[in-house]
Amino acid sequence: MLTTADLDTLLLTFQVASIATVLMLLFGTPLAWWLARTHSTWKGIINAVVALPLVLPPTVLGFYLLVLMGPAGVVGQFTQWLGIGTLPFTFAGLVVASVLYSLPFVVQPLQTAFAAIGEQPLEAAATLRASPWDTFFSVVVPLAKPGFMTATILGFAHTVGEFGVVLMVGGNIPDKTRVVSVQIYNHVEALEYSEAHWLAGGLLVFSFSVLLVLYTALKSQPSAHPLK
Amino acid sequence: MHRNHFFRTLFIIWLASLAPAAWAESTMVAVASDFTKPMTEIAAEFEKATGHTAKLSFGSSGKAFAQIQSGAPFDVYLSASEKYPLELEKSGFAVAGSHFVFAIGKLVLWSKIENYVDAQGQILAKGGFKHLAIADPSHAPYGVVAVEVLKNLGLLDKLQPLFVQGENISQTFQFVSTGNAELGFIALAQIIDIKTGKIGSGSGWLVPDNLHHPFEQMAVLLKTGDKNPAAHALLDFLKSPPALAIIEKYGFGLPAHK
Repeated sequence: MLTTADLDTLLLTFQVASIATVLMLLFGTPLAWWLARTHSTWKGIINAVVALPLVLPPTVLGFYLLVLMGPAGVVGQFTQWLGIGTLPFTFAGLVVASVLYSLPFVVQPLQTAFAAIGEQPLEAAATLRASPWDTFFSVVVPLAKPGFMTATILGFAHTVGEFGVVLMVGGNIPDKTRVVSVQIYNHVEALEYSEAHWLAGGLLVFSFSVLLVLYTALKSQPSAHPLK
Repeated sequence: MHRNHFFRTLFIIWLASLAPAAWAESTMVAVASDFTKPMTEIAAEFEKATGHTAKLSFGSSGKAFAQIQSGAPFDVYLSASEKYPLELEKSGFAVAGSHFVFAIGKLVLWSKIENYVDAQGQILAKGGFKHLAIADPSHAPYGVVAVEVLKNLGLLDKLQPLFVQGENISQTFQFVSTGNAELGFIALAQIIDIKTGKIGSGSGWLVPDNLHHPFEQMAVLLKTGDKNPAAHALLDFLKSPPALAIIEKYGFGLPAHK
């Protein structure tokens, strides 16, 4: 059965994933909007940077974050200057790492959804004297709703499932940075296979349910397939 | 004529590839992370001396143990703890009676910062640091020994909240060497300067052996390796003077002679 330590890791995981998802939507929406509409030469570079975590091993990302956010790193010196110390081994550090790691899962569905809207609805709104902000919230957001749904669910689910990055920057501290994937790994390493099964099985059911809900809900909207 | 040439070349290539294969074998070895540096050197010497090759796979002792039990194709297992090899002999994955101690692990309290850790390790009692890096004591042998040391010093309860845990001793070293943790318990082999035999950089305290149980590093011959002459040769080579010299050079203790 699940121990209280297991439940603590679950709670922490959902906290990290919720906060990270909100942040990713906040940063990811304008970024995806810009990427969907720009003809700038920077588009290719920014697209590639956002997609990097899809390709890089999490250990590479985790190692660079550890170095950059450490006391000698650029980010670490900046956070120390701000008076908040260094980020590795903290809850905030975990959230930052998660945002970077799962960002493509939020930006890409949004970018696809925004691009699919095309110029016509925006031009129609403009002829009705809608301001750009009004156009965005009254026209773009409703039209891109499946994209937002996909982005939110995939961003959240992917953060729940991350392992390599949190192992590298988290330091495996109970109640602070020990998330469920690390706890499963710990159980396996300590040869506590039955404890590992409970958590791993739970995570499998969770992940399957999330994806099932997502694909069922999107079935009627062929224009918004996730990760297309 | 042309055709003749082709077959002659092919024959030579075949001969060339056959020659070493006829007497040299290769063996797969699972090695605990702390023994990474000495084993790399020992494997090179082993190849020179015997013509066999040793393919090394580094990782935590616990992970290798789980992999071997799931049928990983290793011939030899070098563990940082005596627990796993003995368990493998019991469960039939290793050849009964083949285990032996090949080195004694040395634990160091180390910091990247010069003059930070004093020669008696009193900084542990004094405090003033935010993080103490340690290998995960739930499965990593160096973590188990570090906890034992802290318990014997009466500091475990006080310092446990400051633990940041590496998955294995290499990751623990990474936490300290990037400066994210001010200090941590690591393996002497990771920071020893092999020219002077002392701690190469930063500052450290070599934890005395009387603060923990003998930290025996144990080798065992696995069932898959029993028929492989290279595996037997490697285990013999580990006990030979050239290998023992390398083991000692990297700061490990030598097994007591029987």
